[in-house]
Amino acid sequence: MGALKLYLRYVSFSVRAQLQYRASFALQSIALFLLTFAEFLALVAIFHRFGSLKDWSLPEVALLYGIISVAFALAEAVPRGFDVFPRYLRSGDFDRILLRPRSAMFQVLGAEFQLMRIGRLSQALLVLAWAVWKLPIHWTPAKAVLLPAAILGGACLFSGLFILSAVVCFWTIESVEIVNCATYGGVESGQYPLSLYRPWFRSFFTFVVPLATINYFPAQVILGRSGGGLEGALMWASPLAGIAFLAFCGALWKVGVRHYGSTGS
Amino acid sequence: MLSSPSRGVNVPQIIVENIRKTFTVAERKSGLWGAVRGLVHRKHVEVHALSGISFSLEPGELVGYIGPNGAGKSTTVKILSGILVPDSGDCRVLGRSPWKERVAHVRDIGVVFGQRTQLWWDLPLAESFELLSHIYEVPAASFRSKREELVALLDLGPLLATPVRQLSLGQRMRADLAASLLHSPKILFLDEPTIGLDAVSKQAVRGFIRRLNAEEGVTVILTTHDMGDIEALCQRILLIGHGRILSDGSLAALRERVSLGRRLILDLEDADERVGDPDAVVVKREGGRVELAFDPSRIGAPALISRLTAAHRVRDLMVEDPPIEELIARLYAEEGLQ
Amino acid sequence: MSLRPYRALLSARLRTLLQYRTAALAGIATQLFFGLVRMMIFDAFFRAAGAAGLGGQPMTWTQVNTYIWLGQAFLLLTMAFNDLEIAALVRSGGVVYELVKPADLYALWFSRALSGRLAPLLMRSVPILLIAGFFFGLTPPVSGAAALLFAASIALSLALASAIMVLISTTLFWTLSGEGVSRLVPHLIFMLSGMILPLPLFPDVLQPALAVLPFRGLIDAPFRIWIGDLAGARALAALAHQAAWTLAFILAGRFLLSRGLRRLEAQGG
Repeated sequence: MGALKLYLRYVSFSVRAQLQYRASFALQSIALFLLTFAEFLALVAIFHRFGSLKDWSLPEVALLYGIISVAFALAEAVPRGFDVFPRYLRSGDFDRILLRPRSAMFQVLGAEFQLMRIGRLSQALLVLAWAVWKLPIHWTPAKAVLLPAAILGGACLFSGLFILSAVVCFWTIESVEIVNCATYGGVESGQYPLSLYRPWFRSFFTFVVPLATINYFPAQVILGRSGGGLEGALMWASPLAGIAFLAFCGALWKVGVRHYGSTGS
Repeated sequence: MLSSPSRGVNVPQIIVENIRKTFTVAERKSGLWGAVRGLVHRKHVEVHALSGISFSLEPGELVGYIGPNGAGKSTTVKILSGILVPDSGDCRVLGRSPWKERVAHVRDIGVVFGQRTQLWWDLPLAESFELLSHIYEVPAASFRSKREELVALLDLGPLLATPVRQLSLGQRMRADLAASLLHSPKILFLDEPTIGLDAVSKQAVRGFIRRLNAEEGVTVILTTHDMGDIEALCQRILLIGHGRILSDGSLAALRERVSLGRRLILDLEDADERVGDPDAVVVKREGGRVELAFDPSRIGAPALISRLTAAHRVRDLMVEDPPIEELIARLYAEEGLQ
Repeated sequence: MSLRPYRALLSARLRTLLQYRTAALAGIATQLFFGLVRMMIFDAFFRAAGAAGLGGQPMTWTQVNTYIWLGQAFLLLTMAFNDLEIAALVRSGGVVYELVKPADLYALWFSRALSGRLAPLLMRSVPILLIAGFFFGLTPPVSGAAALLFAASIALSLALASAIMVLISTTLFWTLSGEGVSRLVPHLIFMLSGMILPLPLFPDVLQPALAVLPFRGLIDAPFRIWIGDLAGARALAALAHQAAWTLAFILAGRFLLSRGLRRLEAQGG
């Protein structure tokens, strides 16, 4: 509880500091909005050229896109500190964090809160809203819960990935880029239906980095494409995998901090 | 409750026993070809940062921890402050093992790095202080009184609304000192607290440290290259080199150990007069000013002075210790440190 | 004007960058991954279009696939347009001390931009090209002439990218507008270069504009030479287009740099 309060304090102080540079904040938000919007336009352009993607229409793909982008935007806004973690290690600021009587994880979490992420978030929400409006979804209360649950699970999953990339930094500051496969690569590939990928790739994003569980499976349920039985039930429960993934990465973080203590780098 | 151990007179606050620490670093080859070869094959070398360090500190001591760059100073400080875990050996600070009980440990210590700030770059100073009070969970009332006290002592009042990035180096250092003390630590680690400061700021920082130590009994461990800090502040000096403690004692004891002798400075009436004495060596000559080194165990200052004033026309004279920089340089040279 | 200082700078930068071996390996792995994702996505689209009888795309599947893999190999030509060190130097005003160096400041910045891109580009592109060629259907240049023209075109891209990078740095002398340019323009470049979607696949209405804009000179021109989409006179025209824009950006960069420095002096450093 105390940790959460501290985190919120960090955020409020950080927001106050960022608002000192109002113009810069506005520009960055707009830049991010435009960038992500351009990405979506590329998607629209491809559909414009090719018509459809197997049995998936543009609004259906937009639903996938919306879920994963909102989840990513949330994860990017909240535990952003892990994303800039290499800088903390290189500059020695992580030492400073260890010198404070609070959980190192929460301090890194709160170390950086980027208001400009609102640019990506608003774009992602727009696309999601458009998809929901366009699609003839048969809404039930359960589905109305599943959609935010999937987004929340996704935010946990991406947060886990950010933590993971920070953990990698404890061993080698340079090879962080590889985690980008799962984060940015995940965002990009998650925008399209899982079924179009090769089997090994599908397994990777189902069992290793369970991205499909917070995106493709819930979307199947919402679009009324899922079967019944065990498979259907698993699809309903799938966002939980995101939370489990976060817990796993949190445990790895502790290993990383211990390693830091023995090497100091 | 029985008597708490910290009440005892001779119970050390910090005990360091035979601590060792080795790092592995990649060796870099020079030249463009070396860099290309480094892509394929990279050699690793072991660096022994600490090879068995032991010492202990009583509560309220003010200790200078000195040594050339790379001697192991910052490794020691990192171990004592709970950031690093030693390979072997033991260490107790306030009865705790710093790295095993990190959170409880760091609540009782303050650390100031002269080269880095712990304040938030974009926040006004007052807000940095407030955030720190939340991080250390300092009760609001004691935070207010402590803050007032520190602001008055370090003359920070006019700076409270200024973002840290706009502070001068001297102002920032005073602010950092205050920040490290908001939670009333029992031990303060200072890493080059006067580096880059002008003479006035140095004086202010030194005065504050001295007062903190004398009046509040805070134990201070000071690592520095500025011998002025050592001379002004430290009762005890730990000299480290090659990962070992090479000497431990007062400044006076160090002076005795390194036989630089004392200095007699004469201002002669006649700038061209030759000066010589069997028991003293001329170490410097600038016009009419002659600096002689002598060993006080062979000849006392009064005897030497009376001999020289008898032989030469002396306008003024002065006896002093050799500058501490020279002492330390000699010490490093004797230990083969540079 | 002697080239020695610039050559020394180039070599020193190459040396530092070569030390980031793990970074290069990780970068290669990441780009292979992204290439695979794109490959599978476009494969699916082409199959879907084929099944629906929607032939007649401006590029064949093989061409798109090669374009994608070239994009992964030469990704660095379309990103990292902000030189953070120079940006900090300009923002803090410390740039005036750069004038102490007995060398032309624009040339210094340009060689810095060039070397910063060259080393990682070399380290990453060759392995990716080899792997994609062996395993993922990247086809070689359609002819020897195409290969030569491609090499010339890539060299021009490198110059173009460096000129753009320096130009972006120089806008920082005008604080707010510089901030805007350095934040927004790199995204624009990335989008319009053909990295997200090959330029020939953009909607037809946009094609005339894309043909004029400088951004196709970064990767689209050399890639289309490689896959045989641009040959002969059209390939030469593409090279001329690249060279013209590079020259324009260099002139603009020199102009802004001298104006910016004068502005700084007027403010009293």
